[in-house]
Amino acid sequence: MPSLGADMEAGTLTRWLVGEGDTVHRGDIIAVVETVKGAIDVEVFEDGRVEKLLVEPGTEVPVGTPLARIRSEGEPAAAPAVQETQAARPRAAAPGGAAVATRRRVSPAARRRARELGVDAEALEGEGPVTVADVERAAGSGPARAVPPGGMRAAIAAAMSRSKREIPHYYLQTSVDMGAALERLAAWNAERPVPERLLPAVLLLRAAARAAARYPEMNGWYRDGAHAPSAAVHAGMATALRGGGLVAPALHDADGRPLPELMRALADLVSRARTGRLRSSEMADPTITVTSLGEQGVESVLPVIFPPQVAIVGFGSIVERPWVVAGKVVPRPVVRVSLAADHRVSDGHRGARFLAGIGRLLENPEEP
Amino acid sequence: MNQESLRKLVLETLGRIAPDADPAALDPAVNVRDQIDFDSMDFYNFAVALHEKLGVEIPESDYPRLSSIDGCVRYLQEKIDGRVAG
Repeated sequence: MPSLGADMEAGTLTRWLVGEGDTVHRGDIIAVVETVKGAIDVEVFEDGRVEKLLVEPGTEVPVGTPLARIRSEGEPAAAPAVQETQAARPRAAAPGGAAVATRRRVSPAARRRARELGVDAEALEGEGPVTVADVERAAGSGPARAVPPGGMRAAIAAAMSRSKREIPHYYLQTSVDMGAALERLAAWNAERPVPERLLPAVLLLRAAARAAARYPEMNGWYRDGAHAPSAAVHAGMATALRGGGLVAPALHDADGRPLPELMRALADLVSRARTGRLRSSEMADPTITVTSLGEQGVESVLPVIFPPQVAIVGFGSIVERPWVVAGKVVPRPVVRVSLAADHRVSDGHRGARFLAGIGRLLENPEEP
Repeated sequence: MNQESLRKLVLETLGRIAPDADPAALDPAVNVRDQIDFDSMDFYNFAVALHEKLGVEIPESDYPRLSSIDGCVRYLQEKIDGRVAG
């Protein structure tokens, strides 16, 4: 059972998407597990053949429990078992094949409701993702009632309490002129069809990720009393779910991919987070989190670090504000960027340079 | 494609992106974002899906016309008619 976040202790194997004897490839989705954060697709992290499935569907097992034995190619059958104990970190997630298609998507809120009502949401007939209304119809219950705080609320409470208890946060904020970046964005978008256009959110994300690659104290985890920096930047995208709750799945290698590719990956990630189809690697390995509450109209956010990460970057709304350019006050689109970082790992001085680095990247936009 | 099937397509597309929102229950004359949580990423996915299903170009400057379900249907109808006529 892979660890899908520091706050996860156990998960329930919902179903296998492969059988014994099947050949699997790195990045394939081989199973679905149910966690407090919803159903997660479990990826395999090597090529090989499924020798034995060790856990029956419906069983809850602690993190670290082997789920299956997979024999690598060329490895003799009697070799020691390779354990499926951690998540893969594939660059591109491979489709899981036909088996995946047989299962219906279930939105996170519908999944919670299904658990409350004892409905097998994935087994419901119909088209498109299963909704709360579908689940309630299946259960024969009335219209939606106020949903009591469920597992996800408890998981957020545990993670955030731990963060505030253990992590000595410090906070910094700055304002950045987005004029040049937005002009370039508008020019890019004007010439391109909808799927190739970029949103400001991807520029913000990309700047934070590139700065994180240069400031290793902001990127990685705090484990066993020390900072473990990460060479890769996997940006956790704080994503609000419509039924309530929050997930922050990783956008892999957010610092190095071209902007159009990053945009597609971001849109896909947010869409899957909201329709309940995240992958194990996305839940397991964010190295820094980015939150954009500006979408809701607030100008600034002072975020809380997701343990065991060591920093989180917040973006407010991009708003038109008076700004001084060459001695004159002019209206410019301005965004408030904030940083909460772990004082055990870095000091305000480094944090300030990191934040200024994000500002420079935004004010001197790259070619998409 | 007539108005009715366009409306059905718009509602289906919304439903795919926001399965918990029950698009059929929304007021079609009112901005979708004022009725449900629907952020810029959802809107992006919505516009991409309409573009891909209908093959119409939707300039960014026209995005405000897609803000309500009624507006969306009207706009797409105009685009399709224009394309046929043009």
